[in-house]
Amino acid sequence: MSQQSIAAGLSRRRLIKAGAAAAVLPAVFRIGPSHAADVIRIGHVAPLTGPLAAFGEPVPYVLQQMANRFKNGLNVGGKTYAIEILNRDTESNANRASEVTADLILRDEVRLLLAASTFETVNPVADQAELNGVPGVTADCPWQSYIFGRHGDPKKGFTWTYHFFWGLEDATATYVGLWKSVDTNKIVGGLFPNDADGNAWGDPDHPGALKQSCARNGFKLIDGGRFTPGIEDYSAQISAFQKAGVDIVSGVLAPPDFGVFWQQAAQQKFRPKIVTVAKALLFPSVITAIGDRADGLSTEVWWSPNHPFKSGLTGESAHDMNAAYEKATSRPWTQPMGFKHALFEVAADVLGRTANVDDPASILDALKTTNYASVVGLIRWNNPELKNICKTPVVAGQWVKGPKGFELVICDNSSAPQIPVAGKLRLLS
Amino acid sequence: MDWVNAIAQGILLGGLYALFAAGLSLIFGVMRLVNIAHGDLIVAAAYLALTIVQITGLHPFAAAIIVVPLMALFGYILQRLLLNPTLGKDFLSPLLVTFGLSVILQNGLLAGFTADSRRLSAGAIETASFDIMPGLTLGALPLLMFVVAVAVIAGLEVIFSRTSLGRAFRATSDDAEIAQLMALDHHHVYGLAMALSAGIVAIAGIFLAIRTNFDPASGPARLIFGFEAVIIGGLGNLWGTLAGGVVLGVSQTLGAQISPGWQLLAGHLVFFLVLGLRPRGLFPRMD
Repeated sequence: MSQQSIAAGLSRRRLIKAGAAAAVLPAVFRIGPSHAADVIRIGHVAPLTGPLAAFGEPVPYVLQQMANRFKNGLNVGGKTYAIEILNRDTESNANRASEVTADLILRDEVRLLLAASTFETVNPVADQAELNGVPGVTADCPWQSYIFGRHGDPKKGFTWTYHFFWGLEDATATYVGLWKSVDTNKIVGGLFPNDADGNAWGDPDHPGALKQSCARNGFKLIDGGRFTPGIEDYSAQISAFQKAGVDIVSGVLAPPDFGVFWQQAAQQKFRPKIVTVAKALLFPSVITAIGDRADGLSTEVWWSPNHPFKSGLTGESAHDMNAAYEKATSRPWTQPMGFKHALFEVAADVLGRTANVDDPASILDALKTTNYASVVGLIRWNNPELKNICKTPVVAGQWVKGPKGFELVICDNSSAPQIPVAGKLRLLS
Repeated sequence: MDWVNAIAQGILLGGLYALFAAGLSLIFGVMRLVNIAHGDLIVAAAYLALTIVQITGLHPFAAAIIVVPLMALFGYILQRLLLNPTLGKDFLSPLLVTFGLSVILQNGLLAGFTADSRRLSAGAIETASFDIMPGLTLGALPLLMFVVAVAVIAGLEVIFSRTSLGRAFRATSDDAEIAQLMALDHHHVYGLAMALSAGIVAIAGIFLAIRTNFDPASGPARLIFGFEAVIIGGLGNLWGTLAGGVVLGVSQTLGAQISPGWQLLAGHLVFFLVLGLRPRGLFPRMD
């Protein structure tokens, strides 16, 4: 009966929409033995289209891995459950993220919510989870943007939502560590656009942000001002940096903005010795697109094939996971993949330890006591100063052009000594 | 010296804006169509250029010989099949169709080319520059873009004022129905106007691809400055579009000299001021 009414109620538009979505990715992955009577639904939210789509690129691969891993279902308290992963696209839009999450909670009644990739994705998902009392785990967004973006207090934390990633203090520490390893005049030019990331990195009053981090280590920051993202001309910043004799350029930019800046810098004969920029230089595709002038640029590294971690779920090391990804997709590895994978690892670990999967409070109890070795490092939420946050390591690396294309070589590990350093920072010519 | 440099960079920036806006201005002038998909068409042209460069190994500028006619053909077909049927009834339906086209282009490019950030390499010209005097250095690429923008607009002006095609454009723009009585098929004339606009879009796309990284979602950001340039310059006036682009570019770079936060704001304020004082733009040519 219900089957019939659904079919009758399926409008042409919904059919087309469903068809279009299915062509890209199935919206629901039902995994597990077909005879398993009970199903655990997990909601996963990520940007698959729009400006943040590069972050969502590993999602189909990771979902496929999970489908293989859970083909026999998940054992919880001696009973086998089938796993249903409901994957939703935010279209890189925070409002849309909020909407799909509300649907996942209210209509699909998911037991657990997972989300990753920038504050635009993570914060709306976590807010909905918190509001509706559904356990939520998120990753891949500096904790400052996560806590302060949600008007939270790190000492009070949240009830239902937990997060793992690094913080600005770690990133700026490794940046400064990187710069200290070579000889410069210690004058840093900062490019901070007027958005959540730029305001956080450029905040002069935040001890973890770049200005104070520089000052503590004898570097001087020349702030390029809060310009609007998407400007087509950086001549004001470039001439200010030239006048101050800047040797090091840093900041947080979107890839096209960095592209405009870097080309204009060359045209204006501004040749810094070091360029360490967050966000813009994460993806190999961006570096390859910039070409020869990308050789020697540096950025933060949150995950790489050389991170000494193993997935507790599959036993795969970071190195093997990246190699398998490159083989399966013929595409270079990217940093967000480890965190997408780790989200599902944590989900499996938490659900496996849950006493009663029908009770959200019981899932939350298991989530709170997580102590799990994931492919991005140890996940546990036990820091009273940073409630609901687990810090994962971040180091700094330099893109080096080799015979097989660009490679990200880790050059500084001052904020995470457990990650091995593979080379020394080379100055830009 | 900073101010001289800011003005010089602003003028060159204006060339870029005018190049992005010329096709928009042309379409609006001939058929009162606001093309929301203009920015996405520029990005689509950039991808087309990328594909052609990858297949043929041509220099991006040489690839224009193939990209421009292909885009023009696409523009003509687009106009005849998709946009013409919506024109005339009211202002809103063509607007909505181009909005839909923008969404389709972005997602089609994403499906075809992935979210990877791409770029076209033009070699040494990208970073070349000329020292005019101490403190004033002009990039070769921005200079070339400015020259091309001027050439494109001069070319359009010649077409409009000296050729029978231009006469057809003007006649159809003034009154499509009377023009039809004079045996001018306005569907065909609109198709040619869109083809011309798409050809300019192709040039803009190639420069966009050389200037910086682009991805399927880069289009909409290109649109706003184009619109502002068209409106500041005056509707229907092509030289006005160039002037509008330069006014916008210079106000942005001067704004940035005052404070970096003022860069875009100054441009928007000038736009607002022009709208307030001269709602039809600085050099309007149509009612």
